[in-house]
Amino acid sequence: MLRNSIIKAIPLALAGVIAVAAAAEARDQIRIVGSSTVFPFSTTVAETFGKTSGFKTPVVESTGSGGGLKLFCSGVGVQHPDITNASRRIKKSEVELCAKNGVADIVEVKIGFDGIVIGNAKSGATLNLTKQQIFLALAAEVPVDGKIVKNPYNKWSDIDKSLPDQAIEVLGPPPTSGTRDAFVELAMRPGAKSFKMLADMRKADKKGFRKISDSMREDGKFIEAGENDNLIVQKLQANPAALGIFGFSFLDQNSDKIKGANVAGVSPTFENIAGGDYGISRSLYFYVKSAHIGVVPGIQEYVTEFTSEKAIGDEGYLTDKGLIPLPGADREKYRAAAANKTNLTM
Amino acid sequence: MTDATMNSKPGTEIRRPTLTGERLKKRYAAERRFRLYGLGSILTAGLILVFLVGSITGTGYTAFLQTYIKLNISFDPEFLDPAGTGDVAQLASADYGGMVKKNLRDNFPEVTSRRDKRKLYNFVSPNAGFDLRTMVIDDPSLVGQSLDLWIKASDDIDMLTKGYVDRTLEESNRRVSDTELVWYDKLDSNDRIESRFNTDFFVKADSREPEEAGILGAVTGSLLTLVITLLLSFPIGVMAAIYLEEFAPKNKWTDLIEVNINNLAAVPSIVFGLLGLAMFLNFFGFPRSAPLVGGMVLALMTLPTIIIASRSALKAVPPSIREAALGLGASPLQVVTHHVLPLAMPGILTGTIIGMAQALGETAPLLMIGMIAFIVDVPGGFTDPATVLPVQIYLWADSPERAFVERTSAAIMVLLAFLIFMNILAVMLRKKFERRW
Repeated sequence: MLRNSIIKAIPLALAGVIAVAAAAEARDQIRIVGSSTVFPFSTTVAETFGKTSGFKTPVVESTGSGGGLKLFCSGVGVQHPDITNASRRIKKSEVELCAKNGVADIVEVKIGFDGIVIGNAKSGATLNLTKQQIFLALAAEVPVDGKIVKNPYNKWSDIDKSLPDQAIEVLGPPPTSGTRDAFVELAMRPGAKSFKMLADMRKADKKGFRKISDSMREDGKFIEAGENDNLIVQKLQANPAALGIFGFSFLDQNSDKIKGANVAGVSPTFENIAGGDYGISRSLYFYVKSAHIGVVPGIQEYVTEFTSEKAIGDEGYLTDKGLIPLPGADREKYRAAAANKTNLTM
Repeated sequence: MTDATMNSKPGTEIRRPTLTGERLKKRYAAERRFRLYGLGSILTAGLILVFLVGSITGTGYTAFLQTYIKLNISFDPEFLDPAGTGDVAQLASADYGGMVKKNLRDNFPEVTSRRDKRKLYNFVSPNAGFDLRTMVIDDPSLVGQSLDLWIKASDDIDMLTKGYVDRTLEESNRRVSDTELVWYDKLDSNDRIESRFNTDFFVKADSREPEEAGILGAVTGSLLTLVITLLLSFPIGVMAAIYLEEFAPKNKWTDLIEVNINNLAAVPSIVFGLLGLAMFLNFFGFPRSAPLVGGMVLALMTLPTIIIASRSALKAVPPSIREAALGLGASPLQVVTHHVLPLAMPGILTGTIIGMAQALGETAPLLMIGMIAFIVDVPGGFTDPATVLPVQIYLWADSPERAFVERTSAAIMVLLAFLIFMNILAVMLRKKFERRW
């Protein structure tokens, strides 16, 4: 008897499940996708917003900047996300993709800066690097005596006598990471450009230049350590001879274990990054789909919370999470853009 | 006996192995060595397990404690209800953060500089205000009173209590400054610092503040997802196995199906995630991040495991039982439902639980359907956004805050407990259904 009723219950249960699925309707919760670098800030704002506003707490997914923009640009409608976070500016091709799929109106909001730190264990040597030295240590091919050759440097002291006599060993993010893109753009390319020969090449043959400036060495001196910055921090602690490339918030949280190398004489501190003195820092953004404002409740209020002084201001709660604030005038500008739903201009 | 031996000399002269003591000793030694190898492998596996569980428990057990600070809190009507209306809506929207800050200043009147005030505000959890709000809404008569309350400490202070902050380091090299240490020691000497059991860890969902973050959201998400997975994969898998084993003709087509099922069992799980994205989200339009879709994707992934396990369990039922039942006049359906299936049930259940345990630990297929997400609310249904235990572990392991390190280990302990519970269930079910023939 029991067995019979169980057998009869199974198709009923399946039908029930499918009925529930079909009932998935309009959304009353904001959906955010995008960069893993902006994720800690975006989630902090989402949580505060959920607790104080009376709206549901937004769902934030960590998909990477590129993946987020792809989802964001896939169309208008509740099945598509409302906001995407990005650790770089939206590309022209992505704006075009958006437009093709009917996402014409996008509001751009810049929220602050993120420094990229080259750090090592507290017990290791204190380094003072220039971008040229970073390039020479990490590029696959470097110019030596007017010729492009495979990177011959094994020790830091081979590059410059002032650097310590220890083997080059740098742990860094993989190519899928936005941190890697930013590091290449902000440290490797300027480092390459500092050679006259490569600067000339850049004018004549941009692709050839990019190939040299963007290729990291693959002979074991540069080690791809995965997306997890905590892992890099742990490895640095275990091996004082190694250097690592990671986001500023990890240095901020682990200042008892690791220290940052000076780049061009500037140390990676909160003040130096905020002031624009530290050379390897990038801007963080989020993009809002105007067509969803008013359709999904709370978007405007979430954006207001995110751009408020108490979040991204000089002493806002996001600075406790490692966000480096924009100058006051810029904050004003983006706050106004968000309030007026000003369209993105490339 | 072969011809050769028949034709040779009588049997008494057959050469026998010389069972001398030396040879015998060698055989015994080989036997002992073999057993030692076996014992050695078990010990190695055991040691690795002990090391793994030991290191996780060693870093994780502190997450079950949380530091509280006793502060004198006055529920100042000026902040809560300046007009004195007693209206709940007014009480709900009041500035509790400001009230906490004012109370902190009152507790430490010596702090005056702006910089020190900021440090002082960092002493308690940024969410302390929300806890007070809940208290006031539950009991509006608190307004105007002044009480000694235990307030949740911030993650930095919590780390200090747990001994993760090295006081011997230079001030610039630690998260807690000298002034904060002085305040802390003052509080501590007045017995105003206490470690308590961290209930919030078990009753709250994810948060960006380590002291507020809990595991319940992920546990609920995992449960909901597994319910869907079980509901879909168990009946479909068992029915497929029964048909293939008991009814299907043996021909090219069934061979092809069998090969395909075996192949599917070895397909990397991310592929199922991509399939789920294309089918369930883009084609059927199911909601993103829902346990429903997660469960469906994981069901696809566990189906081959269940089918293969069920088929071998069915195959292990002796044919004599089928023949006897048929001989007594049972129909093929009766043979299966009354005799074969009950006898094969223990094996089928073991296979299902193994499949479920596998599904419990998966993150890769869930990435594609949006379950790698920050979700603050505990999911209440199959279509609510949810995340699962392994994803929660991954997200915490990736967070910069130091206090998430212990929480990551604690979450792993919860996941292991979940797995052990499932395995015990499997053993119990097997015992209950096991029959001898």
